[in-house]
Amino acid sequence: FFQYCLSGHPTLPCNVLKFKSTTIMLDCGLDMTSTLNFLPLPLVQSPRLSKLPGWVLKDGSTFLDKELKECSGHVFVDSVPEFCLPETELLDLSTVDVILISNYHCMMALPYITEYTGFTGTVYATEPTVQIGRLLMEELVNSIERVPKAQSASMWKNKEVQRLLPAPLKDAVEVSMWRKCYTMPEVNAALSKIQLVGYSQKIELFGAVQVTPLSSGYALGSSNWIIQSHYEKVSYVSGSSLLTTHPQPMDQASLKNSDVLILTGLTQIPTANPDGMVGEFCSNLAMTVRNGGNVLVPCYPSGVIYDLLECLYQYIDSAGLSNVPFYFISPVANSSLEFSQIFAEWLCHNKQTKVYLPEPPFPHAELIQTNKLKHYPSIHGDFSNDFKQPCVVFTGHPSLRFGDVVHFMELWGKSGLNTVIFTEPDFSYLDALAPYQPLAMKCVYCPIDTRLNFIQVTKLLKEVQPLHVVCPEQYTQPPPTQSHRTDLMIDCQPPPMSYRRAEVLTLPYKRRYEKIEIMPELADSLVPLEIKPGISLATVSAVLHTKDNKHVLQLPPKPPQPPAGKKRKRVSDDVPECKPLKPLLSGSIPVDQFVQTLEKHGFSDVKVEDTAKGHIVLLQEAETLIQLEEDSTHIICDNDEPLRAKLRDLVLKFLQKF
Amino acid sequence: MPESSFLCLGAGAGQDVGRSCILVSIAGKNVMLDCGMHMGYNDDRRFPDFSYITQNGRLTDFLDCVIISHFHLDHCGALPYFSEMVGYDGPIYMTHPTKAICPILLEDYRKITVDKKGEINFFTSQMIKDCMKKVVAVHLHQTVQVDEELEIKAYYAGHVLGAAMFQIKVGCESVVYTGDYNMTPDRHLGAAWIDKCRPDLLISESTYATTIRDSKRCRERDFLKKVHETVERGGKVLIPVFALGRAQELCILLETFWERMNLKAPIYFSTGLTEKANHYYKLFITWTNQKIRKTFVQRNMFEFKHIKAFDRAFADNPGPMVVFATPGMLHAGQSLQIFKKWAGNEKNMVIMPGYCVQGTVGHKILSGQRKLEMEGRQILEVKMQVEYMSFSAHADAKGIMQLIRQAEPRNVLLVHGEAKKMEFLKQKIEQEFHVSCYMPANGETTTIFTNPSIPVDISLGLLKRETALGLLPDVRKPQLMHGTLILKDNSFRLVSPEQALKELGLTEHQLRFTCRVHIQDPRKEHETVLRVYNHLKGVLKDYSVQHLPDGSITVESILIQATAHSEDQGTKVLLVSWTYQDEELGSYLTSLLKKGLPQSTP
Repeated sequence: FFQYCLSGHPTLPCNVLKFKSTTIMLDCGLDMTSTLNFLPLPLVQSPRLSKLPGWVLKDGSTFLDKELKECSGHVFVDSVPEFCLPETELLDLSTVDVILISNYHCMMALPYITEYTGFTGTVYATEPTVQIGRLLMEELVNSIERVPKAQSASMWKNKEVQRLLPAPLKDAVEVSMWRKCYTMPEVNAALSKIQLVGYSQKIELFGAVQVTPLSSGYALGSSNWIIQSHYEKVSYVSGSSLLTTHPQPMDQASLKNSDVLILTGLTQIPTANPDGMVGEFCSNLAMTVRNGGNVLVPCYPSGVIYDLLECLYQYIDSAGLSNVPFYFISPVANSSLEFSQIFAEWLCHNKQTKVYLPEPPFPHAELIQTNKLKHYPSIHGDFSNDFKQPCVVFTGHPSLRFGDVVHFMELWGKSGLNTVIFTEPDFSYLDALAPYQPLAMKCVYCPIDTRLNFIQVTKLLKEVQPLHVVCPEQYTQPPPTQSHRTDLMIDCQPPPMSYRRAEVLTLPYKRRYEKIEIMPELADSLVPLEIKPGISLATVSAVLHTKDNKHVLQLPPKPPQPPAGKKRKRVSDDVPECKPLKPLLSGSIPVDQFVQTLEKHGFSDVKVEDTAKGHIVLLQEAETLIQLEEDSTHIICDNDEPLRAKLRDLVLKFLQKF
Repeated sequence: MPESSFLCLGAGAGQDVGRSCILVSIAGKNVMLDCGMHMGYNDDRRFPDFSYITQNGRLTDFLDCVIISHFHLDHCGALPYFSEMVGYDGPIYMTHPTKAICPILLEDYRKITVDKKGEINFFTSQMIKDCMKKVVAVHLHQTVQVDEELEIKAYYAGHVLGAAMFQIKVGCESVVYTGDYNMTPDRHLGAAWIDKCRPDLLISESTYATTIRDSKRCRERDFLKKVHETVERGGKVLIPVFALGRAQELCILLETFWERMNLKAPIYFSTGLTEKANHYYKLFITWTNQKIRKTFVQRNMFEFKHIKAFDRAFADNPGPMVVFATPGMLHAGQSLQIFKKWAGNEKNMVIMPGYCVQGTVGHKILSGQRKLEMEGRQILEVKMQVEYMSFSAHADAKGIMQLIRQAEPRNVLLVHGEAKKMEFLKQKIEQEFHVSCYMPANGETTTIFTNPSIPVDISLGLLKRETALGLLPDVRKPQLMHGTLILKDNSFRLVSPEQALKELGLTEHQLRFTCRVHIQDPRKEHETVLRVYNHLKGVLKDYSVQHLPDGSITVESILIQATAHSEDQGTKVLLVSWTYQDEELGSYLTSLLKKGLPQSTP
């Protein structure tokens, strides 16, 4: 049992588990923080960005000034943004049998894996995960493809050159592995390999392993996975939440009795309380709008935005914001809002109850109906006609490097009346803002990360009691910026096994049993004997059949009748065909009773001698000697088979067979 | 060793399309499948007779769970009566859409029965609510652990929104109950599907046991043609439907036809349920077919342009119109009222798109009756055209056979059909699949014996030892496995005999034999030994025969030593020594050596 760790990002994991005879990939997250090193892709020609000076080395050489631009002391790559893929060299990914997806954020690298590695297996995910994952990919592809960039910079990636660059470019890892975004045909091909699954559905893999998704409480359709055989159980906990937001609550009970629990996807902001952040979000939003400014909320098109809209739905009227337009701009805005309403079965209890009425589970349906919330595929088209300020705009991408958000940053950045509120926790907001500096716009950081914090983890581990915990190394030490906070790490006994990118772990298992089926005919032939009170034994001699990793025991076939008319040619025909093994014996033989038995069977000249360890029984006429000891019996006789067989059977009567 | 049985008690589903209610006992667990009521009766006979069960005590004590396959009243109509009036507090399982829609239909039905017909001794609104509190909603394919041994799993059944087939499993024994299902996708639902789960018993509905329906498209064309012709000549078309299900499919059909043909005649949908019903379809769109699910963001198929809400006054409007009215069997409510108004005019038409149970007006007119006795001894003469179009989404004979092929059951039990038709299908199933097929009458019990294999835990050491030996690719010589089965605290473990001894704290007792074999050979001892060695090596080709430096021979673990006879120099004594584990070989060796050595060394 091995775990290959292909991603170093704790919330965008990619691990491969070798479990029994199967190779299982757990998630394939795409690390997009790499895009922070690139210049934003403006939808409308941006004079500011195009006038940024090229970067000049200390020695004055300018050979990189086409590829690298400088903005307020930071250096950016002027090229199509690229992503950091999971490790592809650690093991042959074409051998991966299945990929299990835990939530839509953790499948963004899927096309790279399924389309470029020779992967021929199946991907398992829930329906909301697939549908919303598709929307995220569509938005990503769309926002990059709609701004064709002529330049594709690669010179800076040269190892010799990279050394000369300023941080963070100098320290960027595996830049040679960074890849451009995939295309829609690749997305479609990847998604076509997904098989939909429901919570608590047991999926058999090759008869050897069973995998089961469980509700993880973090997002629509988000799941943890149980990977188990009859005797081993691995729980894969990735992106779980115990807060009551819109998804179905986390299923904790099913995680019990795990041999190994792999723990990833904890909150990225362990010190922030999501409820408090939502409050701050609302008050900052209201304040800005009241002062006549606009609010920009960089966000993903699904997830926390549903909760934010629900909060605003309750907040708008009391805060006097009824006349402020809310815009949601994304190529998949409409789809996301529609899809959110049709996954009743994946929602929390309250929302399910609404569907039974039947009413839409999310109140954003009403916001749309009353024209308070409007959605547009992009800033072009209808939006430019309807656009009124001051307003609130929800749009992507949270990295501020591509998507419609770039336009609003350029548009609103110069005024101190406006506010950008960061809610998504995936990107450092300071890094995200760097290419827009200097900014007059207010920046508010209200990261909302509902995933487990360390207090909840401690409670969870106490509750489900796994034998071993495996987690990314980041969780085994306090965050680098808060090294005194020893409470911000996983605390359990035995201490967790940690992994880092490109590492292979051997998982600790002690397997002692396997499941086997005894066919009814064989079962009928067994004769159980009670050896001790409550314990019975039966000796089994049977034929083992193994097919598709399932073992079955059958009655041994009856010996075939020798074909009639065929003469036996050789003695060797008599040689016992397959050795029918005799059972083990146990017990001891009481000498007096044994002698009595012998006499009863016609041996009249029995003589007994005592020895150091037992007795010797002599049958004088037959020249036979039987040594009886506590744990052994030795019959020494002439080659008189009937006699020997008789004595053998008499001895066996006193012994138990195993 | 155990042998277990299923007990299928048709408490109502037997050879009768009226209502479904089946009791299954599987490996000691009792599960009730559906709890339907009979639409054709207005007295006690409308609910199943639960005294089959209650004579053994309380329902809750006896039943481990109740499963409802879909929201049609002939499958769930008796549920509040059963749980609140007879008394059952255990879990009731159904899918989410069923859980959402079922209480609405129950309330609707209650209103018609109690408020309009004034019947008493019927369940109340509060009882419906209390009953629904006992419902646990299940996902498709989710394995629901009812208790430690009993698990159930839902499969998509088509038929109506949220309809499901259920697998009920205890240990390695299982039953699949289909409820009503449909093996061909229609305009709004997908086709039923099940994996090769090889249940011991498949309980299938058989409403259309003998029908092999013509292609869907033909039926649709026929339907549209008839509606179109009637409307063209100024007639009115009444289509009695149930609020949810076929109605939506036919609405989609007419909507697109009206759009294409640019027709102006109004289409109405009666009862307040319409809009609500369509809303359910919108919110549970993941349960509809692929096409609708794919396009729902752009265009929701359940938002109709041409179909409007019906008002009672419209029935008397002059000119053509099409009205969908509930209920579907013309046994009560709005559809029956409109029917009475329109029946006298031969220009009009009533299209029955589904099955009607005996006793209903629908059934009467379909069987050709044209003079109907109504309440108050009034005679209603039916002059309007009566058409029957099988749109109700049940599997036909072909579909039933297809499902059997998918699931590969060991036994089939047919319910929810008419005896004669079922008999035909039964023969067909037995011929084609060589499985036993049963069709119990109402209240009859069918017992099916299973002989399951027994799962035990085998120690990995023993299994590895055996599989390592099994690697020899000799199929003709099956490898025998020897182990000891330990039965303790109801668990079965198969371990090696050595381990069994160790676990029980016992030591092995070694039984050894040493046989003196006399051989006539005047040669020197070591030469005799060599001859013996060569002889054995020649005969025992598959065995390890070794000549050790100390002058002894081993055959596998059997030791042979030679000594000279104390008195006779021409005789050598071979001491052959083996343990009981080598009994066969030891015994064989002594008899082989007794025959003497061959004249010349081969």
